[in-house]
Amino acid sequence: MATLRVMDSFLMPGPDLLSSQGLRLDGRRPNELRRIRCKLGVFTQPDGSAYLEQGNTKVLAAVYGPHQASKSKSSTEAVVVNCQYSMATFSTGERKNRPRGDRKSLEMSLHLRQALTAAIKTELYPRSQIDIYIEVLQADGGAYCASVNAATLALVDAGVPLRAYVCACTASMAWHGGSPAPLLDVGHVEEAAGGVVLTVASLPSTGSIALLEMSHRLHSDYFENVLSRALQGCRDIEVILDKAVRDHLAEGWTKQDVVTV
Amino acid sequence: MWTTKTFLTKTKRGNVLKIVREHYLRDDLLCGSEACNVCPQKDDDIVLEAKPASICGLFDYSHYLVLDTNVVLHQIDVLEEDALKNVIILQTVLEEVKHQNTAMYQRLLEIIGNKKRKFYSFVNEHHKDTYVERKPGEKQNDRNDRAIRKAAEWYASHLSINNVAGQFPQIVLLTDDENNRKIAQEEGIVCCSVKDYIENVNGFVGLADKLSKNVMPESYSKDALYPAHLTPSQIHTGIRNGKLHQGTFHASRDNFMEGTASVSGYEKPVLLQGHIGINRAIDGDIVAIEILPKEEWSKPSDIVLEDKADDPGDFLEDPTLLKSNVVDTADDDITPTGKVVGIIKRKWRQYCGVLLPSQFPGATRHLFTPAEKRIPRVRIETRQSNLLVSQRILVALDSWPRNSRYPLGHFVRSLGLIGDKNAENEVILLEHDVPHARFSEAVLACLPPDDWTIPEEEIKKRVDLRSICVCSVDPPGCTDIDDALHARELPAQTRDGLKKYDVGVHIADVTHFVRPNTALDKEAASRSTTVYLVDKRIDMVPDLLSSNLCSLRGGEERLAFSCVWEIDENANVLSTKFHKSVIKSRAAMTYEQAQITIDEKSRNDDIASSLRILNALAKKMKQKRLDNGALLLASPEIRFQVDSETHDPIEVQAKKIMDTNSMVEEFMLLANVSVAQHLAAEFPQCALLRRHPPPPPANFHTFLKAARQQGFEIDVSTNKSFSKSLDAAVIPGRPFFNTLLRIMATRCMQQAVYFSSGTKTQDEFYHYGLACPIYTHFTSPIRRYADVIVHRLLAACVGADVTHATLLDTKAADALCENLNYRHRQAQYAGRASVALNTHILFKNREEIEQAVVLAVKRNALQVLIPKYGLEGPLYLPSDKFVYNEEENVQICGGTVLKTFDELTVRLTLDSTNMQHRKLVYQLVTPYIPGVSYVKENEDSNEPAMDVEVVDISETTNKRKDTDSKSTKKKKSKK
Repeated sequence: MATLRVMDSFLMPGPDLLSSQGLRLDGRRPNELRRIRCKLGVFTQPDGSAYLEQGNTKVLAAVYGPHQASKSKSSTEAVVVNCQYSMATFSTGERKNRPRGDRKSLEMSLHLRQALTAAIKTELYPRSQIDIYIEVLQADGGAYCASVNAATLALVDAGVPLRAYVCACTASMAWHGGSPAPLLDVGHVEEAAGGVVLTVASLPSTGSIALLEMSHRLHSDYFENVLSRALQGCRDIEVILDKAVRDHLAEGWTKQDVVTV
Repeated sequence: MWTTKTFLTKTKRGNVLKIVREHYLRDDLLCGSEACNVCPQKDDDIVLEAKPASICGLFDYSHYLVLDTNVVLHQIDVLEEDALKNVIILQTVLEEVKHQNTAMYQRLLEIIGNKKRKFYSFVNEHHKDTYVERKPGEKQNDRNDRAIRKAAEWYASHLSINNVAGQFPQIVLLTDDENNRKIAQEEGIVCCSVKDYIENVNGFVGLADKLSKNVMPESYSKDALYPAHLTPSQIHTGIRNGKLHQGTFHASRDNFMEGTASVSGYEKPVLLQGHIGINRAIDGDIVAIEILPKEEWSKPSDIVLEDKADDPGDFLEDPTLLKSNVVDTADDDITPTGKVVGIIKRKWRQYCGVLLPSQFPGATRHLFTPAEKRIPRVRIETRQSNLLVSQRILVALDSWPRNSRYPLGHFVRSLGLIGDKNAENEVILLEHDVPHARFSEAVLACLPPDDWTIPEEEIKKRVDLRSICVCSVDPPGCTDIDDALHARELPAQTRDGLKKYDVGVHIADVTHFVRPNTALDKEAASRSTTVYLVDKRIDMVPDLLSSNLCSLRGGEERLAFSCVWEIDENANVLSTKFHKSVIKSRAAMTYEQAQITIDEKSRNDDIASSLRILNALAKKMKQKRLDNGALLLASPEIRFQVDSETHDPIEVQAKKIMDTNSMVEEFMLLANVSVAQHLAAEFPQCALLRRHPPPPPANFHTFLKAARQQGFEIDVSTNKSFSKSLDAAVIPGRPFFNTLLRIMATRCMQQAVYFSSGTKTQDEFYHYGLACPIYTHFTSPIRRYADVIVHRLLAACVGADVTHATLLDTKAADALCENLNYRHRQAQYAGRASVALNTHILFKNREEIEQAVVLAVKRNALQVLIPKYGLEGPLYLPSDKFVYNEEENVQICGGTVLKTFDELTVRLTLDSTNMQHRKLVYQLVTPYIPGVSYVKENEDSNEPAMDVEVVDISETTNKRKDTDSKSTKKKKSKK
């Protein structure tokens, strides 16, 4: 009963997520992303791979395929996207016992699949399968977003045709001087403060939303506000990912050729 | 403008967890100074002046001040003065202050928010040049000190860039930490202690008085009077292993050497006695308590004791006079007793009171007596004692060292002359934490124009009830009319052939003007209620709304929120409707006018007939309510007749109660209940309701004992039986006895409180006093904020308005309720204090002999009530004449036995010898006891206006002892 009640009510984050000078706990302004660093082609074994850091959240992604699908899963219409999300046992503050296969990981896998299927041109590869493996090395809030962003880079690295970059970002609500100020790219501390967290995966260049998830109830007055902030974040991330891909291609061709030859 | 600069991590070790947090350093933070040539700041970013004039004799050049955390924590009163300007508050300081003391933090934010003060808060922790990383092994405090020094250093060099030497302000670091000062000097930072700085300030008289005298309270001192407090870590382990307990300390009003603390795990509050037992705890502090072994437990002393000494110096009184002579461990009055061993949190605020000047002329140390009796006297230092003696002043507490009998404090400001009406009212408002500042510009900007009329489109949205005969009934002189009524017979009849009526209650539509989240709304929420003092009203919403646009005045079109029922002849509600409406009240009547209209048979107009319907229905409704077990309680209420010129009270009279009073009351109750039912169904999580918990049986203990002495058994098991037995407890010939019983019963009750429906289970919603399962407040939105919220919720239900986020948030609603309850209580206390103040003024130059009733018997006094004035106070009895019988709870002197409910006559005079606590003195007149009772010196003077009882007294004074015994006999025979 008690938990039900909490779920049922609107949750307001503590008032001190923003300082009186308008800075967040870690020194960012409300509309700023955490620092993103990323690298494509970190492994040689898979067809495509990427490493991405979003603040202290660190994620590895590996893509295998497209290859022939197993009989049971095979579809004549489109490629089957198979995702596996797992968190390293050392990724959180307290040690995890089960890196994958628990409810949360399964749900994450499903969500990843939904977002990535939306980006991949699935119709090109009937009767085949693409496997995407995600390993979270350190979780500091927004692990899902980092996973989506890393998976996009890995897919690009694997040469899988995409409709557009799929980028994910979170946003939350805070108040500054009585007026609502949505926070972009929520870190673990801000998440734990108990506010609503809106997760959006979108294809910024087409403007479509691939996935939308919200942790608590939020009054409809503020929803637009928070959503537009999250979408803005997705667009910002796209720019960063695009730059990383271009840099990788510019410097990487020669190196990679050497390796393959 | 997305910038991430050098990225650093901050580690924080908990028990086993290693937490790594991001910490971004920025290059876009501004220094806020006009003298700066580097920062790309716009005009509105600039806070600090280019060339501030120096006010301190020690520094003859212009400078900015950088403050240390301790300076803010201890010297906030100095900072609040307008003297210091151009001050830099570092984020390090801000965060430390917030961590240590939220109230202090709020005050600091207020200063920073005041543009005139020129306080700039600089985010040094996120600035790329001022961030300091904690070195391995370095203490957090040392790191913060280093961060402050680093920022000061940075400011100095930052301002010097592109500036001619001597043309830009210097930086002065204010800190009381000697160590810090030493290191700063080595690093080339100009620094100074607050005391040196403030004492050399020119042009601000009295600033030095506000310096806090902060002494490390636990430091070793030779002649310590009090045992040392435990350290926080000792307290922590003590509480964890169950040796110590945490509780809030409540000092006793009657006895300065006694207090209690409610501790979980003990049914009764834990008793704390004597200076050592209390050990420097002050009312409201959260303290750590050690429970004494059982054989040392004692009982609350029933002695009334005041701190009378005129600065006796630093010694403590012997606490033995508290102990009652017989300690019988089997007695059920024995309470767990303990002693304070440490202070977990001080809850000090500023206290009003007067200065008790030192006997030595020219002395600077004086005692201050607070108005609140539960607060001990405070020692302050001031050079303006001659000026302050005649004034009400505000004082803040600083510390209470072990070797001082009294806590140390400092003067904050003067409130005005003692006895001045405004100053006295100010004291009442401050002491009860009533927000009473004038409405700010931002609030007034939310108001509609003065000549606002209802726009056409608003009328179209509402139900038009202007054609219906609506009228309002209120006390005389009421300008904030928030309710009006109507009733008419419907042509149709019920199936049983009963008459049907259409009855409506119309409440001022305050929420049309007070929109959510505006400055006006926030101010109203913070005030929560209108506070009524005898000669002053502190409005919740500005006057334009409270006595004009929202007041349902006669003959004017007003917006209203209506609750309309169909009611049959037997007062059964058949249907209920809620809607927003427009009404035009036909008449705004007083209770008396309405009563006359009803009684006057010849009047048959619409108003008269609707009033008669209402009155008839109300009587039936009341009967039903009483049958259900609603309690009729009483409290001595009085009204002052106030002089129109001086606003001084001239005379008092008891409030008159008429049929029409209860008529209006019944319909307001019905409206409130109807609304509550509707809201609870629509908003199970966040409806704002009001509940009245049933009193715990222990509350009735003394009440039942007293009633039994008079020969009545009161059944308090349920409210129904309670109500019934109260009705039966009547002594013929003593009409006041029943009222008195009800007054005492009221004292046993708990307070009714607001709550959010999401925080309690359904059966806890019960309202004990009204005997109804659900209740709320809907009918007075002008003067209660709870009603405003209820209006909003109801408007959302009926589709007249939209919801907003905070309205539906259980947590926010809970926080709101807490504030509502607090303010509501404080407003009541303030009202009572105002009545007391005015009675004192009334008695300034007169004495009266009045009838009194004994409410309670204490060891050295009787608590008596004067029904005529509703006054209550102690009548001291000399212990050499009277013997106190604990068992029977009576005072005996020779043949006279005084007990609860006894009627006496007493003489009332005002004792003005102590200007601080001017108090009424009660002296016994009858029954006559030689050497105790008051005897009029001039027996011939007879006062014609006196009633029979008093004539009786003059007889007794003539005949002395023999009649006295007769009169007591008479009383006994009455039983």
